[in-house]
Amino acid sequence: MNLIGYRRDPEGIHPPLDSPSYGSTRLRHPGERLVLLPHGLTEITGPLLGSGRVTKTDSDLTLREPLGQRVILHGRVLDGDGRAVPDALVEIWQANAAGRYLHNADRWPAPLDPGFDGVGRALTDSRGRYRFLTIKPGAYPWRNHHNAWRPAHIHFSVFGMAFTQRLVTQMYFPDDPLLPHDPIFNAVPDERARGRMVARFDLAVTEPNWALAFEFDIVLRGRDKTPEHR
Amino acid sequence: MSTPAQTVGPFLHIGLSWLGGEFVVPHGTPGSIWIHGVLLDGSAEPVRDGLIETWQADPDGRFDHPDDPRGAVEGFRGFGRSATTVDGHFAVLTLLPGALPGCAPHINVSVFARGLLHRVVTRIYFPQFDNASDPVFESVPEARRRTLVAKSTEDGYRFDIRLQGDEETVFFDV
Ligand SMILES: [Fe+2]
Repeated sequence: MNLIGYRRDPEGIHPPLDSPSYGSTRLRHPGERLVLLPHGLTEITGPLLGSGRVTKTDSDLTLREPLGQRVILHGRVLDGDGRAVPDALVEIWQANAAGRYLHNADRWPAPLDPGFDGVGRALTDSRGRYRFLTIKPGAYPWRNHHNAWRPAHIHFSVFGMAFTQRLVTQMYFPDDPLLPHDPIFNAVPDERARGRMVARFDLAVTEPNWALAFEFDIVLRGRDKTPEHR
Repeated sequence: MSTPAQTVGPFLHIGLSWLGGEFVVPHGTPGSIWIHGVLLDGSAEPVRDGLIETWQADPDGRFDHPDDPRGAVEGFRGFGRSATTVDGHFAVLTLLPGALPGCAPHINVSVFARGLLHRVVTRIYFPQFDNASDPVFESVPEARRRTLVAKSTEDGYRFDIRLQGDEETVFFDV
C-alpha cells in the first residue's frame, strides 16, 4: 500500500529531549537513538474526537468572573502548507492571574481564585479557527534553578488529522521580560521557531471596554508530496 | 515551519484528564482487555506526572478515519488516554487490534510528562502474534525488541515504559 506520509520537521524546531538547563529532562530523556518509524496506516490516521466532546461554553473560561486581565485568544490551526485543519480539538489549561494552578500539587503561596478553573476546550471551525475567552495568567516560580520564574503561558494540546500531527505546546505573551531566562522556551534551538510560540497582540479583535485580544496560530506538520520510500 | 513542542508540565491533569479517557471501549464490552503498565524514569522511579495516549485499529484492522484508503469504518474510537498515578501506573480498556496489511497487530503510544519537552512514541506488540514479520518491529535492534512486546496477564496485558536506562523502551522517530 502506497501511503502519503507527513513531512518530518527539520532539526532545531522541537526542543531536544535532553536539555540540561531544564533539570527534569535529566532522568526522563531516552538515552538510545530513536528508531525511524515510516508512516503507515496507524500514523496517517488519528483520533477525530470532535463532536460530542466540546460544548459551546467550554471555550469561555470567564463565566464565573475570575480576576485578571480579560483576554480574547484566537487563531487558526494550520498544516505545514497553510491549509486549515477543521474540526481539530484544542485543549488549553493555565494558571490564574496570580500564577496559581487549581491543582493539589501546586504549592506556591499565591491565592486561588474561586471564579477560575483554568480549563478550556474548543473545536476549530471549517476554516481552522478557534477562539477562547480567558484571563492573562500570572508568572509563577519553580525550582529549576535559583530565582526561576516561568513566563506567563497557556498550555495547548492539539489533535490534527493524524497521529503524526499530535502536538502539545505552550503559548507565550509578547514582550515578556522572563522569556530570555526561561529554559523551557529556550530549549527550542531555532529562534524563528521560538517565535512561533509567542502570540501577537491583536488590536483589531480587541473589544473596546471589554477585552484585549491575542492571536496565536498553530502550525502542524504538512503532508508529503509522494509516498515515503521504505 | 511547525509550532515547536513543549512539555505538558506537572499540572497536565487540569487540561488533559477526561472522564472515561481510559475507556477506548465501554466497561463490559465483550472481548475487552486491560492494558496496564507503569511509566518509569532513568532511576526506575515512577513518573507521577505523565500521560499516555493510545491509538489503534479496530479488531478487523480498520480505522474510523477518512485517510484510510480502504475506507473508514465507523464506530470504534481507537483512542485512549490515561494520566499516571502517584505510582506511575496507567491503564486503558480496549479491544485487541487486528493486523494491518503487512503488519502485526500493534497500538501506537504517545508519552507526555513533566521533563519531556516533546512526546515520545512507542508501540505495543502482543506476544501471541508473528511480530518478526512486521517491518517496523524487524527494524528494531534484536536485543531491544522485547521492550515492545506486552506480557499476558489475567485481564489483558502488561506494558511497562522505561524512559531511560536498563531495558529502556524503544522509542520511535515519527
Ligand atoms: Fe505551566
